[in-house]
Order: sequence, then structure tokens, then C-alpha cells
Amino acid sequence: MQLQYKSQAVAKPYFIAAIALFAGQILFGLILGLQYVIGDFLFPAIPFNVARMVHTNLLIVWLLFGFMGAAYYLVPEETETELHSPLLAHVLFWVFLIAGVLTVAGYLAVPYATLAELTGNELLETMGREFLEQPLPTKLGIVVVALAFLYNIGMTLLKGRKTAITLILLMGLIGLAVLFLFAFYNPSNLVKDKYFWWWVVHLWVEGVWELILGAILGFVLLKITGVDREVIEKWLYVIITLTLVTGIIGTGHHYYWIGPPGYWQWWGSVFSALEPIPFFALTIFCFNMVNRRRRQHPNKAATLWALGTGVMAFLGAGVWGFLHTLAPVNYYTHGTQITAAHGHMAFYGAYVMVVLTMISYAMPILRGREVNPERSQVLEMWSFWLMTVSMVFITLFLTAAGILQVWLQRIIPNPQPFMAVQDQLAMFYWMRWLAGVVFFAGLAVYLYSFFAKDKPEAIEAGEAHPSVT
Amino acid sequence: MSATFTKAMARNVFYGGTVFSILLFLALTFHTNWKIPQRTPTETPSLEVARGKLLWETRNCIGCHTLLGEGAYFAPELGNVYQRRGPEFIKIWIKAQPTKVPGRRQMPQFHFTEQQLDDLVAFLKWTSEINTENWPPNIQG
Ligand code: HEM
Ligand code: HEM
Ligand SMILES: [Fe+2]
Repeated sequence: MQLQYKSQAVAKPYFIAAIALFAGQILFGLILGLQYVIGDFLFPAIPFNVARMVHTNLLIVWLLFGFMGAAYYLVPEETETELHSPLLAHVLFWVFLIAGVLTVAGYLAVPYATLAELTGNELLETMGREFLEQPLPTKLGIVVVALAFLYNIGMTLLKGRKTAITLILLMGLIGLAVLFLFAFYNPSNLVKDKYFWWWVVHLWVEGVWELILGAILGFVLLKITGVDREVIEKWLYVIITLTLVTGIIGTGHHYYWIGPPGYWQWWGSVFSALEPIPFFALTIFCFNMVNRRRRQHPNKAATLWALGTGVMAFLGAGVWGFLHTLAPVNYYTHGTQITAAHGHMAFYGAYVMVVLTMISYAMPILRGREVNPERSQVLEMWSFWLMTVSMVFITLFLTAAGILQVWLQRIIPNPQPFMAVQDQLAMFYWMRWLAGVVFFAGLAVYLYSFFAKDKPEAIEAGEAHPSVT
Repeated sequence: MSATFTKAMARNVFYGGTVFSILLFLALTFHTNWKIPQRTPTETPSLEVARGKLLWETRNCIGCHTLLGEGAYFAPELGNVYQRRGPEFIKIWIKAQPTKVPGRRQMPQFHFTEQQLDDLVAFLKWTSEINTENWPPNIQG
């Protein structure tokens, strides 16, 4: 099968880089998981905070690679025109990849304070805040890449057809870039620093990224179900309305205990309690579209990923988010393993899975075939189940650890010190680590599925019965 | 969804709802930022506190610890460590790292000067005096 537009091919390196960095992220996740139970594992070569930066920053970078790849793939098809500049897309790919790799190498090679000195942090002090640890040159690089990328996508959109899917995608991407600018605002008043830090972190994952998620999922569902575009796009508008109306004020669920006025306990609780609704709408949307499909698309793996995204995003963000979002609950759970449990399932269920959905749909076509061979699809579906089920277990073990932690450290009459409590959670941390190993195995199967071919007999059987698809 | 509710209507509701939410959020943000000076020990932290914050950031303390419940969950909450341990203990603790107790979670040695230790303590003291609506629930953080 041919690409409809030649320039869509630039998406391929983006997807490959995304998957490679994903593997790196999980490797460091396993290191972190071991350090939780064997405290001095790899110390002082890789202290926990360094491994954690690598783990979370690789996550963000590979998801951004995935979003950009998705945009380069779907925008030409939606706008019915070639990409404005495939060359620019190629150049940006290398700039972003080199910046990302150098940054991670920097984290690992020198102490963080040295890195700050070497990279001119004193010019504008932005480093050392969770998720925004990148040195100044990397942060500036991200801005440059984002602007050039938006220019490329925007110019393509201007000369072509303007569908709701591309419009929503573009709004999400612009929001992503604009909100990142708050990473450069770091006042010495810690409360103000924290207040606006959430404008990057919360307004990304519970705001503009959901627009990107909706657009990608809408596109893939449109392709694999053949349902009427009008129906899909109407759904998308409803979902993103619910997202932003609940999610923007919902930022308040982070303002309960960090210094802002107490009224945020009301604003945050009420609005963020409604945040599961758009995620639920997303679930219904996915199943509805697949049930109303007008064709049986042969890419079963992509359909599975799409449905999985619908379910897991709702579980991780909606259910696990709701669990600790009301102020009276959050008072006890704030900053515990409950938070980590939710962070993992939400990031996986929503953003990891939507990128893997897109890759599953687009990558076979980018490799010159409509769908992958049967055996490769079966392996990919195995990896879906291995990764998804093990992530459910990671979440459950962390939730169990979190409940016990809250109980021992914050509720009982003689609350115990943090480290004493951690010792008592070791069993749950071990089980989390084992689930992590299974996740890694799932990832290995996923990687292998790209290279799997049908066995010769299977091919012959297929040829003997041409009616079998 | 019914046919009477068209895509154009859905789109207009989206723009209206989003603009309204942004404006409401901005209004709350202005009010909050006007109130913050009354909820922090000083509006503009002293030079000492500011230097301490920079040390906190450039050593990536948040990569292991929480501060007012935000950060990593590997090591104890430090938003109230000033009350829990007091200034002298904090300095001695930092100087004594790593403990090298086998199997125990390890904190790096940062080679701080006395001045830097005082700056850090000043930052932690300032932080511990923020009005956090009585969070954490108890001294253990
Ligand atoms: C896909 C969407 C989401 C993602 C990726 C996500 C991810 C995260 C992450 C990583 C954190 C930890 C931040 C930190 O390090 O301090 C967090 C915190 C939190 N999230 Fe979400 N989240 C999502 C949606 C939601 C939703 C829909 C809700 C509410 C219904 C919610 C409620 C919360 C709350 C209350 C916290 C603070 C926990 C605490 O106090 O420690 N999240 N989220
Ligand atoms: C082998 C599987 C994994 C293991 C063992 C693992 C382990 C960890 C550990 C130990 C932390 C640090 C928690 C702390 O701060 O104390 C962490 C943080 C984090 N990980 Fe993973 N991880 C794994 C997979 C993933 C995956 C697949 C994702 C994304 C979907 C992910 C996203 C995150 C995020 C967002 C954080 C920050 C959480 C927060 O601030 O609340 N991890 N991980
Ligand atoms: Fe949030």
C-alpha cells in the first residue's frame, strides 16, 4: 500500500525515535524500582534523583516525538496536501533527537550542579523543578523546535482543507508550546513558582494534551471504522469542551496545600471532580465508533490499541484521579504513593497508549503495506496485554502501598516517620518491580513484533486460500 | 447524539465554554497572586532565602524529596523539616551524607560551605512558614 502523500514519510523516524526512547524510559523505571527496595543500588554512580529525571524526561520527550510524528502523518491526509516543508521536519527531527540525547547524557555524566554551571543556569534560573529539569539550552531548543514545527504544520493547514480534527490538533499543539513558556518563569517566591509550575504540568496533561489525544484518536477511528466524519468531529468537540471547562479551573486541585487561599479547596474539588466526565465520554466514543463501524479494518492491533486507550485513560485519569482529587481526601494522600499510582496509569492509559495507537495504525503503511502480517499483529496484541495488565498491577501495588503509607504516617494516633513507614512497604515495592519486569517483557515483545514475519507455512496456506485475509 | 445538535453548535459551545473558563481562571489567578504576599512569610524572600532556593534547585533535591507534597516520594517531606528537626540537625545531616548503611536509601554528598548550609536552612525555614491550610496532617509530613 502506498502513502497518500509522499511527505507523510517524515513521520517514520519520529515514531522510531519515540519507541527507542520509550525503551530507555522503562529501563530507568526498573532502576528506580530497584532503588526503592535496595536503597544503595547503583549509588553513587546513578543516584535516585538522576535516574528519575532520565525516566520522566525520556517519557515527555518520546511522547512529544510521538505527537509530532502523528501530526506529520495525519495533517497531509486531513488537509489533502503535501506537508509545507518535509526538509524542515527532517532537520527538526535531528535537532530534537540530539538535544534530547545530549541532555540525558548530561544528567548521567556530571553532577546536576555542574550541569547547571556548564549550561548557563545563572543567566535564567529555570532548572531543578520536577519535570522541568532540562538545562537552559535544552529548554530553548524545545521552544525553537516547537515554533518551527508549528510553522510547518500551520502553513500546511493554510493551503489545504481545514477539518475539525486538524484544527483541534493544532489548538492542542499551540497550547502545548505556549504553556511551556511558563517553564521560564521561576520567581524566588516559592508559592508563585509552584502556582505557575502547574500551568505547564497540569494544563498540559489535563488540558491541551487531551485535545491532541482526541484528534489522534478521532483520526485513527475515522480510518479504521469508516464512520461518518460529521459524527466523529461532533463527538470530539463535545469531549474537548468538557475537558477544558472542567480541566482549566480543575487546576485548583493542586492549589490546596501549597500556599494559595483556601477557596481553592472548593474550586479545585468541584471542577476536578467533573474531570472524569470527558474521559468517560472518550471511552463511550471509542466503543460507539467501533460498534458502528462500516468496515472490518484488517489492522486488528490498531483497533485494540484504540479501544484500550479509551478504557485505560478513563481508569488512570478518571477513576484514579477522582480517587484523590477531593480536598478532604487529598489532605491525607497528597504526595504519597497514591499520587505515583495515578501518575503511572494516567500517563500510560492516555498518552502512551494513544501514541502507540497511532504508531500501530500508521507504521505498517509507512513501511509500505496496509497492515502487518498476521503473526506480527498477534505479537503486537500480546505486547498490548502484557504492558497493559502489568501497568494495572503496578498501579494496584502502588495504591496498596499508598493506602498503608497514609495510614501509618498520617492517620494513626502515633504517626511513624517517613523512612520507618517505607521499610514496611517493601513487599509492595517488590511486587511493583516484578510487574515492571513483566512490563519490560511486554515492551520487548512489542519491539520484536516489528521484525516478525509470517512463518513460511502460514504464507503458503494464505496463498492456497486467497479468500482468507 | 441527535441530529438537531450539529457540529457547528458543538464547536460554538467549545469556544464559548473555553473562553469563559480561561477568563474565570485568570480572575482567580489575579486574586490569588494578590493574596500570596499575605500567605508567605515575606513577599520577596530575602537574598539568603533566594540563594537557598537556588541551591535547592541546582542540587535537584526535588528529585528525591517532596516539598509541600510535590516532588518525588523516595525521601521525606521537607516543607516542615525545619519544625521537625531544627536548623542544627539539618546542617549536620547534610554534612554527614551519604550514610553508607548497606541497603539503605542514600543521599549524595553536596560539599556545601557553611554559608550555603545557612542559606538552605533559611529557605527551608521560609518555606515552613507558608500558610498551607494546616498541611501536612502531622509533623511526620
Ligand atoms: C491523562 C491525564 C492525567 C495525567 C497524565 C495525570 C498525571 C498526573 C501526575 C504525573 C501527577 C503527579 C504530579 C507531581 O509529580 O506532583 C498527578 C497528580 C494529580 N492528579 Fe493527575 N493526571 C491526569 C488526570 C487527572 C484527573 C482527570 C484528575 C482528577 C479527576 C487528576 C487528579 C490529580 C490530583 C488530585 C493530583 C495531585 C496528587 C497529590 O496531591 O499528590 N489527574 N497527575
Ligand atoms: C517498568 C515499569 C516502571 C517502573 C518500575 C517505574 C518506576 C517509577 C518510579 C520508582 C518512579 C519514582 C517515584 C518517586 O518519585 O518516588 C517513577 C516515576 C514516574 N514514572 Fe515510572 N515506572 C515504570 C514505568 C512507567 C511508565 C510506563 C510510565 C508512563 C506511562 C511512567 C511514568 C512515570 C511518571 C509520570 C513518574 C512521575 C510520577 C509522579 O511524579 O507522580 N513510568 N516511576
Ligand atoms: Fe492535575
